[in-house]
Amino acid sequence: MSDPALIRLSAITKTFGRGQAAFQALKGIDLAIEAGEFVAIMGPSGSGKSTAMNILGCLDTPTSGSYEFEGVRVEQLSRNQRALLRRHYLGFVFQGFNLLARTTALENVELPLIYRGEPAAARHAAARAALEQVGLAGWEHHTPGELSGGQQQRVAIARAIVTRPHVLLADEPTGNLDTHTGEEIMDLIGALNRDQGITVLMVTHEPDMAAHAKRVVRFVDGRVDSDRRNGEPA
Amino acid sequence: MLWNTLLLALRSIRRNLMRSFLTILGIVIGVAAVITMVTLGNGATRAVSDQISSMGSNLLMVRPGQRYGPGTEAAPNFKSADVEAIRNQITSAQAVAPVVSMSATAVYQARNWSTVVTGSNNDYFQAGNWELAAGRSFSETEERAGKTVCVIGDTVRDKLFGGQNPVGSEIRIKQFSCEVIGLLKAKGQSAMGSDQDDTVVMPLRTVQRRLTGSQDINRLSLSVREGASIDAAKDQLTLLLRERRNIAENEDDDFRVMDTRQIAETLTSTTKILTMLLGAVAAVSLLVGGIGIMNIMLVSVTERTREIGIRLAIGALEREVLLQFLIEAVVLSSLGGLIGIVIATAASIFLAGLMNVPYLFDPGINLLSFFFSAAIGVMFGFFPARRAASLNPIDALRHE
Ligand SMILES: Nc1ncnc2c1ncn2[C@@H]1O[C@H](COP(=O)(O)OP(=O)(O)OP(=O)(O)O)[C@@H](O)[C@H]1O
Ligand SMILES: [Mg+2]
Repeated sequence: MSDPALIRLSAITKTFGRGQAAFQALKGIDLAIEAGEFVAIMGPSGSGKSTAMNILGCLDTPTSGSYEFEGVRVEQLSRNQRALLRRHYLGFVFQGFNLLARTTALENVELPLIYRGEPAAARHAAARAALEQVGLAGWEHHTPGELSGGQQQRVAIARAIVTRPHVLLADEPTGNLDTHTGEEIMDLIGALNRDQGITVLMVTHEPDMAAHAKRVVRFVDGRVDSDRRNGEPA
Repeated sequence: MLWNTLLLALRSIRRNLMRSFLTILGIVIGVAAVITMVTLGNGATRAVSDQISSMGSNLLMVRPGQRYGPGTEAAPNFKSADVEAIRNQITSAQAVAPVVSMSATAVYQARNWSTVVTGSNNDYFQAGNWELAAGRSFSETEERAGKTVCVIGDTVRDKLFGGQNPVGSEIRIKQFSCEVIGLLKAKGQSAMGSDQDDTVVMPLRTVQRRLTGSQDINRLSLSVREGASIDAAKDQLTLLLRERRNIAENEDDDFRVMDTRQIAETLTSTTKILTMLLGAVAAVSLLVGGIGIMNIMLVSVTERTREIGIRLAIGALEREVLLQFLIEAVVLSSLGGLIGIVIATAASIFLAGLMNVPYLFDPGINLLSFFFSAAIGVMFGFFPARRAASLNPIDALRHE
């Protein structure tokens, strides 16, 4: 393929509501991301960061524009095909964790592998490995209610990476955490990007966190305001 | 995929034990109530028809009855001559038993028991389908001479003799003592609910002479020969009695002839209506159980919608999510249905014993309530999920 971009957004718009109440959250986003990048998305509240992430994660569909993922036009895929794209290529970490309640950490992390049809033994091994990787060895049988916010976020990250996705999408993964725990999570995400070559897109409000990324994209009012490599002058 | 989805469904049930328990409970109560009610109703219907067939299906009962209209007087009782006339003229009559009954206290040693003393003849046993458990029936001399002998029912034996053999003993009734020559086989409750075994039978003449002091006969029991028409016998009997009682052409009968089939039909139709009524009441409880399930499902729909959002977000297909919820609903409601059937069976057997009716397993109502409960479970468990699974993952996740 001549186009090296892993992800290419062209003129993506997203309008919520209809008629009088219609609100355009994204007003034409163009963005290309290459394999192996670590991109931080920043911007004021309400600027459309989460909306864009949801579209990138195939959790939501854009109103117009085109989204190519590894050369595939996502908006032309069926519901099931988009689900399979999520299943096999994407890992999503939500700001609000979104773990299954009353379900052990191990079972939560196993879940994507069950949908992938992995045999039980391989599933358990991979889930344990992922939990160990996020520093939760020994917490396998705790339910989200028995875990701290930082631990829950780690479980959510373990669940997102257990399938070895091509792209990890994280919407404010440290938003609910204290600085120290946030740093730990950032180190973890940085390591995943560095050591396993997982492409990372991460929304954050904190410049400290964004400093871990190699590239920072700034959203303002539903548009990309700036896009620069870390280390470049602002 | 099916195996994995089954695993997910079972995990979800285990994870939400309280919700699962309440769902099952609703179904269990409904199913158990319906099956128990209908089973007991069937048992009662069967008990009634059993009683009636123990009376003999070819029985005619004749009682004196009131004539309606002005200036009426009590209709006269029957006489022994009527019995003879019927015996001679109605060829299809197999047994003709005159019946005189009154209540009296029977005494044996220190025990006494208030019972019904009936004066009749050996035809009484034949017409009433009575069999002897021990001893013998009356001899011709005993009947003709009005000897003080009696045949007693099982309840009287139990109350006066306990476990002892009563045959040959003397019991006292009013002022005379009377030899027990036979014991009747137990029949149980009558269709009307009275104890048929609470009886002492003596020759007609003995009762007339020693107890009632009159020649009157209260009623007549006839059995019609096998194969003969009951209706024809009824018509002949009516004609004969009208003639003997001098009833004018334009006057109504002053007696009533009833056959067991009529009694049977009214009684069984009553219990059938009762069964249907009970079944309907129970069906309401099944419905209430269903509404309970719906309630639980609606309360948990927010959480479930978010759960569905999570599953979709990590790559579950819509049909996998739906299959999981379907399996969950089917497993829960069938489990509830099965437990309901087990409880209903135990309760029916227990209550049938208590109510003295037979336990009859009815596969129809078991299957029906099982499938109805499964349908309710699927409807209330599955349809809320179906809506959620058709949302965009993000909309399901945002659901509040
Ligand atoms: N489902 C929705 N319906 C209507 N409006 C929405 C919806 N989701 C988002 N919006 C609107 O779109 C705009 C962008 O929202 P978005 O969540 O993308 O912002 P954000 O940049 O992630 O903000 P924050 O930093 O606070 O998370 C907001 O003004 C929001 O009110
Ligand atoms: Mg946001």
